[in-house]
Amino acid sequence: MRYLPKSQSDRDQMLRELGCATIDDLFAPIPAEYRLTRDLAIPRQYGESEILDFFKQRASENANGYSIFIGAGAYNHYRPVVIDSLISRGEWFTAYTPYQPEISQGTLQAIFEFQSMICELTGMEVANASMYDGSTGAAEAIMMAVRLTGRHSAIIANTVHPEYREVIATYAQHQGLPISHVGYNAETGRVDIKALEAAITDQTAAVLIQSPNFFGTIEDVAAIADLVHKKGALLVVSISEALSLGLIKPPSEADIISMESQSFGVPLGYGGPYVGVIATKEKFVRQIPGRLCGQTVDRNGKRGFVLTLSTREQHIRREKATSNICTNQALIALIASIFMTVYGKQGLRELAKQNLAKTAYAVSAFEKAGAKVLFKNSPFFNEFVVQTKSDSRELNDKLISDKIIGGFPLKKFYPELGNSAVWCVTELNAKAAIDAAAKGVAQ
Amino acid sequence: MSNLNDKITKVATHVSQNEDLIFEKSSPGKKAYRLPPLDVPDVDERALLGAEYVREDLGNMPEVSEIEIIRHFTRMSTWNYAVDYGMYPLGSCTMKYNARINEVVARLDGIAGAHPYQPEKLSQGNLRIMKMLADQLVEITGMDSITLQPAAGAHGEMTGILLIRAYLESQGNPRKKILIPDSAHGTNPATAAICGYQVENLKSNSAGLTDIPSLVAQMNEDVAALMLTNPNTLGVFEQEIHKIADILHEKGGQLYMDGANMNALVGKTRPGDFGVDVMHLNLHKTFSTPHGGGGPGSGPVAIKKHLEPFLPKPVVVANSDGTLRLDYDRPKSIGRVRMYFGNFGMHVRALAYIMANGPDGLRLTTEDAVLNANYIRKKLAGIYDLPYSTPSMHEVVFSDRNQARKGIKTGDIAKRLIDYGFHPYTTSFPLIVPGALMIEPTESESKEELDQFIEAMKAVAEEAENNPEIIAGAPYNTRVSRMDETAAARKPILRWKPKAKSAAE
Repeated sequence: MRYLPKSQSDRDQMLRELGCATIDDLFAPIPAEYRLTRDLAIPRQYGESEILDFFKQRASENANGYSIFIGAGAYNHYRPVVIDSLISRGEWFTAYTPYQPEISQGTLQAIFEFQSMICELTGMEVANASMYDGSTGAAEAIMMAVRLTGRHSAIIANTVHPEYREVIATYAQHQGLPISHVGYNAETGRVDIKALEAAITDQTAAVLIQSPNFFGTIEDVAAIADLVHKKGALLVVSISEALSLGLIKPPSEADIISMESQSFGVPLGYGGPYVGVIATKEKFVRQIPGRLCGQTVDRNGKRGFVLTLSTREQHIRREKATSNICTNQALIALIASIFMTVYGKQGLRELAKQNLAKTAYAVSAFEKAGAKVLFKNSPFFNEFVVQTKSDSRELNDKLISDKIIGGFPLKKFYPELGNSAVWCVTELNAKAAIDAAAKGVAQ
Repeated sequence: MSNLNDKITKVATHVSQNEDLIFEKSSPGKKAYRLPPLDVPDVDERALLGAEYVREDLGNMPEVSEIEIIRHFTRMSTWNYAVDYGMYPLGSCTMKYNARINEVVARLDGIAGAHPYQPEKLSQGNLRIMKMLADQLVEITGMDSITLQPAAGAHGEMTGILLIRAYLESQGNPRKKILIPDSAHGTNPATAAICGYQVENLKSNSAGLTDIPSLVAQMNEDVAALMLTNPNTLGVFEQEIHKIADILHEKGGQLYMDGANMNALVGKTRPGDFGVDVMHLNLHKTFSTPHGGGGPGSGPVAIKKHLEPFLPKPVVVANSDGTLRLDYDRPKSIGRVRMYFGNFGMHVRALAYIMANGPDGLRLTTEDAVLNANYIRKKLAGIYDLPYSTPSMHEVVFSDRNQARKGIKTGDIAKRLIDYGFHPYTTSFPLIVPGALMIEPTESESKEELDQFIEAMKAVAEEAENNPEIIAGAPYNTRVSRMDETAAARKPILRWKPKAKSAAE
């Protein structure tokens, strides 16, 4: 096996030194009746060229070279080539969690920079060193609000990503944490504020909204924060399209922001790995789940970084830990950091603005072609809902021949919207493809 | 340098170019990007969105050029130890070689560029990858079915315990307690608590194994499951594993196996054959997906038949024509534990790794991992105290008892080992061994690297005896010396702030 560095004579010599006749002597602790005496029924060893061929074949069975018009929590943005060039360095991708700070300063400084950039971008005071993804991060944010308020229920807007809501339901069901939902205004596609106000009780720990929401519309976070805070609950804002922060004011009225940062240079990758992050106020830092990196000095007074405040974590507090999260997404967070650095202060805004301009063009092109765009008087970023006469899935099937992957059909999660789909337009959708999509949808 | 002795053969001083924070290199107007010209009319965002929603300024986000970015992240990378530099014997973490072909195939356009909601007919290749990996992991573990959805080991634990809960609930009673050995990973009790269970500790016996009489005494109809790591965190195989399973099953409980140490078993035995009901795998440990400085991971959960109806949805299933689809219609499912389908990029890498190994390669990998651990054990036993003489599998746990007499603790030895060019072993874990040194070489080490490690460990032991001060001050040849972790926790500085601002505060 090419990944194994020992020769047979090395093995023989080591066995002799151990006083073993065969390698199986070392497996004697496994009772004989459970020892596998046959080969595993899996394919034989493949040569490297065969492995490459196999996966190229699989890749060719997927969509390739299509113009992607779906967002819905995973966004197709250009990935600057320096990202893969840098993260392919073995020192980044073959290192472990930085438990030994003296020989992990690269990872630690990168995490510190990530935390700092996330704070700048979100308008929050502290950020953790990443969560698994946006959906589990949102669940952890709600659990955090429960610990902070001592209250035991949560309200989630129906305009939050449906799969986030499903994940939260799974997390909440056995923790004595009832979840209720609040609908949206049929005209604006935004949270129904009156219904929300009526739903909050003195047991509501948190209200979770998403902005831009699942329909692409931007919520009035300031107004919602006011009424949530009046009732003593915390406001958690989920952001699934991180690039929106390049152009849209950050929801700094929130108490906790739970963001999915996939937009920042992380491949779509059929849904993962992605990178969630929780950002919050400094006063809540001891309840934030996951890893935190802090600045300190070494014995000579030189600046350096360490993982810190780990007394919140499972390896010390065990069943009393704030969360069972152990691994974080350090390499994916690094991707996001490199992306944010490449675009920087000006580029993030310019890139976000290109997304907005393309989307505005798409909305008018769809309307000109005769399609109905819902919620269009609300502010939006790069997603919008299109209602059609025919079934969204059938329409999408037709668009495939034009190498177009159409919007995400909403019928499954929002039956009341009928034949509607949420479309997403990014800087990677060319005008010609937008025109073709508009024509296809209006047919 | 006087404090480097001639026994240090592996390393010279680490590459160590100083590098500021990216914010400190920033200055207005620098750019590392160029957008293509907009091919649609530009818009006035204030008119379109309303001025109250528009952000005018991104504060202190960095402004730097491309070459500065390359140098910044390259210089910082050289401050990291990594598997590519040498042995990384972190027990319980399995830091093995990460094959480059895995990285290449995960980045193929049709794979890396696939949207999770693109139509199933345009996702057949990805669904095939998930199905093949699932089938092969089922064969490797001897279980009946699997979900690839959990994003990491601890996430897999949560999924597994929720499956047990759902199953027991369907039998009429979810029960109250989970038994957890005192040698368990810290995530186990945290997971049980998150799933709404009380944690009850189970003592290990003098051999470091599950104490059968205690288990019998503690097992009753309030207990939902035992969460057992096997081989356990001492690197010891639970020889009475089937008896343990029987004791649980007799009273209607379930046996959960933490599969973090599956590296010791693949191709030699299968948990499904020795009575396990639910287990998670850590793809980043056993199946060589890279750990990236702390993640991503991937924690598939394999189960026996009776738990299948409760698996997270969706599940990949075959249509009658052989094509694949995602089945969401699963009324008894525990729901979803993560959006989309899990860390798919890790599924690709794990499958590529299994294909490169085949059945014979996987078996030899396990054998080499166990051989390496035992070789280290043999060569260091006596020099370092071996608290449990029970045979080791893929990792060996010593204690610092011999060195502690001179005031040298496991953490000190670890720091000195850095000077010798090795990443330290795991310190102070498992909790049942005071001053533990937990060493897992993995199969990726040559005999030469093992011998060098052994010599380094011996040299440090000798220093502990004759020159303990040198160890107490280590490490010396790193870019920073020992960090003040207390100060970091007492007055946390968790982000960079511009100078003027921080001075004003």
